[in-house]
Amino acid sequence: MIRQLRTLPVVAVLLVLFLSLALAGCAPVGAPVAQPDAAATTAAPAEPATPKAGGVLIAARAADAKGLDPHVQTAFSSFRALEQIYEPLLRLNADMNVIPNLAESWAWSEDGKTLALTLRDNVKFHDGTPMTSADVKFSFERILNEATGAASRSFFTAIESIDTPDDYTVVFNLAAPNAALLAAVTNPNSAILSKAWLEGGADPAVDTNGTGPFKLKSWEPDNLMVLEANPDYWQAGLPYLAGIELRTIPDETSILAALRAGEVDWAIINDPRVGVTAATADLTLMRSPALAYHVLQLNATRPQFQDERVRLAISCAIDRQQVLDTASLGEGEVTAPATPLNYRAPLDELTCYTKDVERAQQLLADAGVSDVKFTMIAAADEPPTALAEAQNIQAQLEEIGVTAEIETLELGVYVDRWLKGDFDAAIALNGGNPDPDNMFYRYWHSTGNLNKVAGYSSPAIDALLDDARSTVDVAKRKELYLEIQKQLTAAAPWIWLYVGNEYRPMQKDVMGYTPLNNGSTVYLRETWLNR
Amino acid sequence: MQRYILRRLLTLIPTLLGISIIVFLVMRLIPGDTISAMIGTQFKLTDAQAQALRAYFGLDKSLPEQYWGWLTAALQGNFGVSVRSGRSVLQEILSRFPLTFELALLATLIAVTVGIPIGLLSAARRGTLLDLGARSFALLGMALPSFLVGTLIIYFLSARLHILPNAGNYVSLWDDPLKNLTQMFFPALTLGLAFSASVMRTTRSAMLEQLNSDYLRTARAKGLPERMIVRRHALRNALIPIITIVGFEAGYLFGGAVIVEDVFALPGVGRLLLNAISQRDYALVQGTVIFIAFIFVLVNLLADIAYTFANPRIRYE
Repeated sequence: MIRQLRTLPVVAVLLVLFLSLALAGCAPVGAPVAQPDAAATTAAPAEPATPKAGGVLIAARAADAKGLDPHVQTAFSSFRALEQIYEPLLRLNADMNVIPNLAESWAWSEDGKTLALTLRDNVKFHDGTPMTSADVKFSFERILNEATGAASRSFFTAIESIDTPDDYTVVFNLAAPNAALLAAVTNPNSAILSKAWLEGGADPAVDTNGTGPFKLKSWEPDNLMVLEANPDYWQAGLPYLAGIELRTIPDETSILAALRAGEVDWAIINDPRVGVTAATADLTLMRSPALAYHVLQLNATRPQFQDERVRLAISCAIDRQQVLDTASLGEGEVTAPATPLNYRAPLDELTCYTKDVERAQQLLADAGVSDVKFTMIAAADEPPTALAEAQNIQAQLEEIGVTAEIETLELGVYVDRWLKGDFDAAIALNGGNPDPDNMFYRYWHSTGNLNKVAGYSSPAIDALLDDARSTVDVAKRKELYLEIQKQLTAAAPWIWLYVGNEYRPMQKDVMGYTPLNNGSTVYLRETWLNR
Repeated sequence: MQRYILRRLLTLIPTLLGISIIVFLVMRLIPGDTISAMIGTQFKLTDAQAQALRAYFGLDKSLPEQYWGWLTAALQGNFGVSVRSGRSVLQEILSRFPLTFELALLATLIAVTVGIPIGLLSAARRGTLLDLGARSFALLGMALPSFLVGTLIIYFLSARLHILPNAGNYVSLWDDPLKNLTQMFFPALTLGLAFSASVMRTTRSAMLEQLNSDYLRTARAKGLPERMIVRRHALRNALIPIITIVGFEAGYLFGGAVIVEDVFALPGVGRLLLNAISQRDYALVQGTVIFIAFIFVLVNLLADIAYTFANPRIRYE
């Protein structure tokens, strides 16, 4: 038998296979991984004038939607799918300004306690029924109903009642002025659902019926979601695409491989280490600064952090740019507590944004402590840079004699402890928002539902937050939020680090896509394939 | 033999019951539940909202009550519904299992067709360069992690050859056999190589033991050609440990190979379970683990039956 076996070819083939695999790893890439300069983006080629209709966009991302109910889902991956199917009354444009969507205009009353919106009269749900003010009222009541578990409910608790004087007018009556309400209305969690559809017993966790440019054709969770164009979409001529195939490829390097092989047209990449390698000659890479921010949360209720000087010392000892460079390869920028550009405080007006080891040591000496120890929790892989950030911070804090341990936790365990405030410190990536009230209130106001997680509040900040929420004057609000950011960085309950970039690599013939800072992919409705 | 098989199948019942209790307890004891997993750190719910959601999912009942509810439904064939998709647990598992089955089968085939011949060769040419080469191959196969091999393969295919069969567009064997096989080939190869390494080593050591035994010394003394010794006697007796290892590892593969599924974007049972655990999708975790345990027991039963072919003296009553 052994003499009959053609053994040599077998072994030879295997050795060759292994060798070629090993060599594949060693051989230089066609285009070497370029060190991109911060401002560069592989620019989209000059667009020909007329968009072409038709074609299916093959899109890939690592995380699939976690469910279909637009009022309940909060995962970013769910938003990316649901924002094609469902729409809110208003939306944000590329400059993060509020623009009309299902509502064509809005007006605040003088006292800021009434918001009237005029709806478009040509909007239809996917089942063919027209959208009217009754649907809007029903949707917001569903959001406000505690039994729904709606994620955006806390933004709308100021609403006392909703009037519908006619089919295309909705009036929100607020208990107190709330300038941030407008931005909250643009949130995907504030989508408009059909009253008749829900009252008829439909379950939005399983079926969909929205007004968006795409309808859900099929969904195999964690594998493939197929969207098809809505032929009755209210924006004439849109969408250009006939459909979108949303594929789930869990490994982002595999997504990149698929793009390179031409199997995928457009993708979402979250890991900056993969994002930078997407900047190749054969792809268009759109990079936009995110609103979500990386932060080292300190728990001011823990004994070692109760003294403000200790927290400030930590803030002074950390070079935020270094954390950014180490963990995210410099992809992003150091940020103030409020991340939207029009509210972000200039860094030189904030406390300790320049590394000052002497000052840090002085603060610790003043506080009379010499041996500060704490444990930071980090979620494995969420964000992908969490561990690298923690390690860099640990190394930097050694310089002032502070010992930081790192505890890596599975995401579900991390979330559980985070929600309970059961940590000394936590490395987190928190969602940002175009309106700073929606970012700050729930953490920093003593009545905010996440104040327990933030672990700090002060009467001064409470007053400023309340004031800023009820002021409609934009200039005045900016001043108030500047003051809030100064106070927050002076008390240093958290160490705000940086905002990263969102990466959208795509084939060169995918045109018309505009990335948004909040990660939204709504502009897929204007995307077309130049083939 | 039939009674033996029946008895083995009956032992499935206490086994699966025990597993269901353990999985149930472990999942409930891990920090975080369906609600916190669903909402994450973008948490904006009030306590009342969270309570309402928990009640909706039946999570506010006591643990024994929840388990009993699950058990009574399961015995009637209703394993519950997945939190994420709203589809029944059984439907979720059965939609993924054919892929995992095919992958495991192909990997096992590769392992056996590569591992056994090399192991035989290695045993027969012990101490030679060939043997050294084979043992190094085994070492490499067991040392190289599957994600490394898989990622290298994908890189090679996409960057060098500009093709990538696994781009999140998996098609089943029935829909398009050719495309399916191209998609399954590399993942199966990745799994199969590591598997073949352990098969090879087991084959080699089992064969060496046999070839040095007394009864074969007698056979050689009687003038039996080496070829017949190996094929007729040594291999058949060496098969017992080989079947054991193949059965065992194949059993694991049938439960899903998470890393390979992840790297090659294959929607198999492994990924299903991983995501279910991550999302604390209790019903789905429970159903999937029990299903995997069931398959594992079946595969090992098949291995035990295979022994009787290898060694007719083994009989089961």
